Amino acid sequence: MAVSTKDKPVSVQPIQKEQILKVNNLEIFYGEKRAVNGISMDIDKKGITALIGPSGCGKSTFLRSINRMNDLIPGARAEGEILYEDVNLLSKDVNVVALRKEIGMVFQKPNPFPKSIYNNITHALKFSGIRKKSKLDEIVEESLRKAALWDEVKDRLHKSALSLSGGQQQRLCIARTIAMKPAVMLLDEPSSALDPISNAKVEELILELKKDYSIIIVTHNMQQASRISDKTAFFLSGDLIEYDITENVFTNPSEKKTEEYISGRFG
Amino acid sequence: MSSKTSDRIATGIFVTIAVIIISLLIGLFYFILVNGVKQISIDFLTKPSSNLLAGGGIRDQIFNSFYVLIITMIITVPLGLGGGIYMAEYAKPGKVTDFIRVCVEVLASFPSIVIGMFGLLMFVTLTGWGYTILGGALALTVFNLPVMVRVSEDAIRSVPRDIKEASLGLGITHWHTIKTILLPSAFPSILTGAILAAGRVFGEAAALLFTAGLSTPRLDYSDWNPFSSTSPLNIFRPAETLAVHIWSVNTQGLIPDVKEVANGSAAVLVISVLIFNLLARGIGSLVHKKMTASK
Amino acid sequence: MEKVVPAKDRLLKSKKSWMDGEVRGRILVFLSAIIMIAATISITIFIGQKGLQAFINNGVSLIEFLTSKIWDPTNQKNPVYGALPFIFGSFAVTFLAALVAAPLGIGAAIFMTEIAPSWGRKVLQPVIELLVGIPSVVYGFIGLTVLVPFIRDHVGGLGFSLLSGMIVLSVMILPTITTIATDAMATIPKALREGSYALGATRWQTIRKVLIPAAMPSLLTAIVLGMARAFGEALAVQMVIGNVSKFPHSILDASGTLTTIITLNMGNTTFGSVDNNVLWSMGLILLVISFVFILIIRYLSARRKI
Repeated sequence: MAVSTKDKPVSVQPIQKEQILKVNNLEIFYGEKRAVNGISMDIDKKGITALIGPSGCGKSTFLRSINRMNDLIPGARAEGEILYEDVNLLSKDVNVVALRKEIGMVFQKPNPFPKSIYNNITHALKFSGIRKKSKLDEIVEESLRKAALWDEVKDRLHKSALSLSGGQQQRLCIARTIAMKPAVMLLDEPSSALDPISNAKVEELILELKKDYSIIIVTHNMQQASRISDKTAFFLSGDLIEYDITENVFTNPSEKKTEEYISGRFG
Repeated sequence: MSSKTSDRIATGIFVTIAVIIISLLIGLFYFILVNGVKQISIDFLTKPSSNLLAGGGIRDQIFNSFYVLIITMIITVPLGLGGGIYMAEYAKPGKVTDFIRVCVEVLASFPSIVIGMFGLLMFVTLTGWGYTILGGALALTVFNLPVMVRVSEDAIRSVPRDIKEASLGLGITHWHTIKTILLPSAFPSILTGAILAAGRVFGEAAALLFTAGLSTPRLDYSDWNPFSSTSPLNIFRPAETLAVHIWSVNTQGLIPDVKEVANGSAAVLVISVLIFNLLARGIGSLVHKKMTASK
Repeated sequence: MEKVVPAKDRLLKSKKSWMDGEVRGRILVFLSAIIMIAATISITIFIGQKGLQAFINNGVSLIEFLTSKIWDPTNQKNPVYGALPFIFGSFAVTFLAALVAAPLGIGAAIFMTEIAPSWGRKVLQPVIELLVGIPSVVYGFIGLTVLVPFIRDHVGGLGFSLLSGMIVLSVMILPTITTIATDAMATIPKALREGSYALGATRWQTIRKVLIPAAMPSLLTAIVLGMARAFGEALAVQMVIGNVSKFPHSILDASGTLTTIITLNMGNTTFGSVDNNVLWSMGLILLVISFVFILIIRYLSARRKI
């Protein structure tokens, strides 16, 4: 991730630490209701961390708090710490706009802008000050290639993004996030709305991306978590029940609840 | 009477009501168009009106109507858009927002004659302008603003939330997201609403009686200097619009051909409003198609 | 070598704002919101202040203004400013119009949602939208050239009458009532309908005993909004009602309303004179009544069940 460009004034600092995020006693509230109950966990750099658990367990809420997307929900507030390079991301002083450039997010439902494929990627780049056509072209191609979409769309870059299939749209959304060169990518059930073939392609892509990015993925699909993630965290009713190397969680869980969930007894 | 019979009678009554309303509309349009269209001629559309003699046209009134409309929309659209953006994106639930909502509601329910009186006080007397196009346009702005605010708010709210999240999630500021993502997506509905509102403004008369006046000075259409007193573009001159003209010839007119002039004017007015409606529909669906085109 | 910027400098807000565009945008939309508030408040204050002048500066009695049946401002010795005939005229014509338009509008709504839900809406909706599109002066003009002579020849009186005003206004408020009533009927949950049919009720019984009561607050809102529009309408009524300052005794009598007397006399009186100031007092009444209509609508929408 030390690759940077002259046009991008700010580069991501390579850090030697093993962890990229440290979560300390994080609590998240919606109004009076507590959705996340004081969890603490460290997230590895350049790996895939999967968050699993039944609906409403707080995993998506946690994910969305990392790049402060929860700010959009009236009444939502977070306490505790999420440390990223010694900055508490929950602090009022954090510039959320800069934060979201470094910690990008891909959503459950593919949500391309109603613009051309090309403009979907350049939209945020232009806003962050990159205007040169050649530079933009270069980044568009690079990110589409990384998202394994280039060959499928290179002849119709200026067609509407809405003309793509669901799976292609989701890969475009990933490409658009890659183009910002984030340090961390948050994926909120990125393939749950897709058909099995598109799902497989997106999974392949995520595995490819972990070479360059720290990825946190929320998923309902336990096979998916076991296939792609390095570490898995199991959430239940706002609590972090178990957090370990994926293999351990799935083959030899230390908590009874984890075992019950994984073997499909609830959720 | 059995319940079956009363059910049949009731159904009959509802169908009758529908038929009455449809025939009403057909009757009204038949009257306006059949009586009006035969009065419309090139002569009628291009001659100035006469105060005393028969055979006057409505050239200036047509121009005034469109000119007042344009000035009104130039003022209303940005303000209404701003208000709509505020209500949809910035207003936090609470007392202030509730109060603004009440204001919009109150503003929308003011009788247009009261808005005309306010215009008379504010833009005619207090400013010392007298009857002017600008005063009329400002009064119509008051009348039109709540509509534009609602139209823009609804249009922005109906843009899917996930597109907004996508933009914010990429590290784009709220305002830039509004400007480059929300507004373009809301554009077709806003345009449709604006054109429909324009139709309403075009036919409005009561708010203009005391603000833009009942007369038009002699205009010289070759004079394009907006500061010249005979220029049609001068916004500080009185201007009788088409809708006001229909009222004034009927109630205060001295010309012998009141009926002919009124019929013709009514037809022109109604046809214009119809065109606005068709435009709104056409442009709305066209832009919508273009933006969501899958090919 | 690239420059490495520490996270603190990248992520924390700096004084030199990156938000310049953001702030500018925010100011713009705040201004628009403030203008709306300012417009509402200044209209209320201006009309209120001007409307009270007749009583405060010119010594017109408020009691006389509201209760006297005699409007005689031109009487040299003893001018009387009784606005009751106009207040009565406004209310009379409004209620009469609602009396005609409410059943028609609600009936049309029921036709569109219950009787012929598949095609009724497709046919009636555009009809209603076209009726909205006709400007009020055109309604007035048609009333003047068709309705007034018709009533004179076939019903009686001069033709210029409360009856004419009522008919013109009822056509004008019909679309308002129909549109809102249709929305109200359309939002009634399907289960309510099905429940009633399942009990063996006929369509009419379902409409009368289940649907109309369920939609009642919204239907009343529709009627009140229509009445608010009728109460404030000026030119169309002015063209057909006859504009006399006498108290009407029959529906065929000519009459006057607050809006018509303002329309007619505003231009003929000198700004600042007593005769002119009492017109502003009538404007103030219009304003107050429109506030009352809003209060009623707010009350009704708080009671809305669906």
